[in-house]
Amino acid sequence: MEKLLNWVDERFPLTASYKAHLSEYYAPKNFNFWYFFGSLAMLVLVIQIVTGIFLTMHYKPDAQMAFASVEYIMRDVDFGWLIRYIHSTGASMFFVVVYLHMFRGLIYGSYRRPRELIWVFGVTIYLVLMGEAFMGYLLPWGQMSYWGAQVIVNLFATVPFIGEDLSVLIRGDYVIGDATLNRFFAFHVIALPLVLLGLVVAHLVALHEVGSNNPDGVEIKKLKGEDGHPLDGIPFHPYYTVKDILGVVVFLIVFAAIVFFAPEMGGYFLEANNFIPADSLKTPEHIAPVWYFTPYYAILRAIPPILGSQFPGVAAMGVSVLIFFALPWLDKSPVKSIRYRGPKFKIALTLFVIAFVGLGVLGILPSTPLYTVLAQILSVVYFAFFLLMPWYTKNDSTKPVPERVTQ
Amino acid sequence: MKKLLFMLLALPTAAFASGAGVQLDHAPVNLNDQESLQRGARVFVNYCLNCHSAGYMRYNRMQDIGLSEAQIKDNLLYAADKPGELMHVAMRTADAKAWFGAPPPDLSVITRSRGADWVYTYLRGFYRDDTRPLGWNNTVFDKVGMPHVLHELQGQLAPVYHTVQGEDGKPHQAIEHFELIKPGKLTLAEYDALVGDLVNYLDWMGEPAKGARMTTGIFVLLFLGVFFIIAFYLKKDYWKGLH
Repeated sequence: MEKLLNWVDERFPLTASYKAHLSEYYAPKNFNFWYFFGSLAMLVLVIQIVTGIFLTMHYKPDAQMAFASVEYIMRDVDFGWLIRYIHSTGASMFFVVVYLHMFRGLIYGSYRRPRELIWVFGVTIYLVLMGEAFMGYLLPWGQMSYWGAQVIVNLFATVPFIGEDLSVLIRGDYVIGDATLNRFFAFHVIALPLVLLGLVVAHLVALHEVGSNNPDGVEIKKLKGEDGHPLDGIPFHPYYTVKDILGVVVFLIVFAAIVFFAPEMGGYFLEANNFIPADSLKTPEHIAPVWYFTPYYAILRAIPPILGSQFPGVAAMGVSVLIFFALPWLDKSPVKSIRYRGPKFKIALTLFVIAFVGLGVLGILPSTPLYTVLAQILSVVYFAFFLLMPWYTKNDSTKPVPERVTQ
Repeated sequence: MKKLLFMLLALPTAAFASGAGVQLDHAPVNLNDQESLQRGARVFVNYCLNCHSAGYMRYNRMQDIGLSEAQIKDNLLYAADKPGELMHVAMRTADAKAWFGAPPPDLSVITRSRGADWVYTYLRGFYRDDTRPLGWNNTVFDKVGMPHVLHELQGQLAPVYHTVQGEDGKPHQAIEHFELIKPGKLTLAEYDALVGDLVNYLDWMGEPAKGARMTTGIFVLLFLGVFFIIAFYLKKDYWKGLH
């Protein structure tokens, strides 16, 4: 056995990689609840890829057959219903996990120097994930798939000068049709997943280069013991592997409860209108995107058209996502973690969470004059969190950061 | 803060309730009641399947509700030759469009898109309306193209109007209640029970794997529960030496 391992190691850094990324990757010992969501996001990615492969074996990316093939999977394929529900639940749970993972970054300043690139890769993953989810949502070819895609692709048509051509390029047709379904299928099952996997590798390589942040925002590499390992660090394996297994089990309990007992999640994970085949002649009364896009959809609707063009709303929506990239350079606080920050940051973050969730709720509801005003107020709060950040983080009072991590 | 959170949570339900417009009656769905499902299947095949297909559903799937293949073959196969076939209809789409204004929708997943309560209320909501081409209207689906196929069973209901003050301050005619102007073969209570069976069947047909899903789910959760205990003590054991 050892001979075989040596044979491999002379040709491939197997033992070295195992040490660098698991058995001798030192992670801070004070990780709390919020630190489960990174590994859980990887778990969901694997779940989505595996179930997705099985779905492609039976799914037909053809406007005439797509809806029927999904019902075929639900009825005639052995355990097809299970694979389909795991995949549809996985899509929503991916965003639950990613939003919590991003929130962890916000509260503990994980995006701060020297981890800016980890954050940039992460936000890129989030962007690609949005594209992946959007394109996957067209594939069941139900009414919400169709009209949701119609609304989103039309957003691109509002771009000045090139908009119309751009939207035709995306659709491959003048309306959402078979050509759109085929190209979205190609993007969903191969193009974007490849990009996603590459980005996840980059995210992890960057993380393991600089080491993990922690709830105290202390750099554990500054204080090393005689053995050269961080005093507050513990090897990822076995400590965090066994801890993450516990997190995985709890997550799977929630996941399984949804898959087996509430796969529609009251219409939030699988919308009722999507059980009606796509019909280009019948516009549904109320088109709302899936819940994970609704905060941005609410921002889009909150901005009134200027000179008859919807573009300002579309631009605001785009900026509201892209602005996450700037976070490492907007935060001027001398400390990272919320534990040592002052009241200004805490208030700003609380308002931001209220704005994000509030916009999410408003994006689900049909718009009324009152809701539009509410969405406008919350959009201002959303952007203020980022744009005023240099000011309120610099002038905030802070508490002294300890040398070592606290338990 | 708590109040605000409550308001945020309460908003969506309030909006959905106002969007529905009509109060829906609760459908007596019970997927464990095989006799009800079988009665519903019979009503479906006799009355609905002439115009509405269930094009994703195979006849022989009805073995799941306690029917043998022979029973299905002898009693329910009017529009197909083999029990393995899908529930299609002979009516051509173009004809259907000419007769009803729109082709009757496929009913395979109708309770998943409309909800069982909506279908239950709809099938009990037909009333006479001479302004409509086929003489029928519906309380939950205004200006519906479908005639009241089950009127021989339910009888014919006619609306009694009364005058109400509208939101614009002017008087409007509104339906106050319904009158049975021509009794059917069944009493209204018997008719409600028949529609209940039918909706129960439609709900089952919307997701035949639901029963298997629930049963599998219980075992999966039990397994994960045991796994949790092992994982919990595994973690505790590894971490106990750490300070």
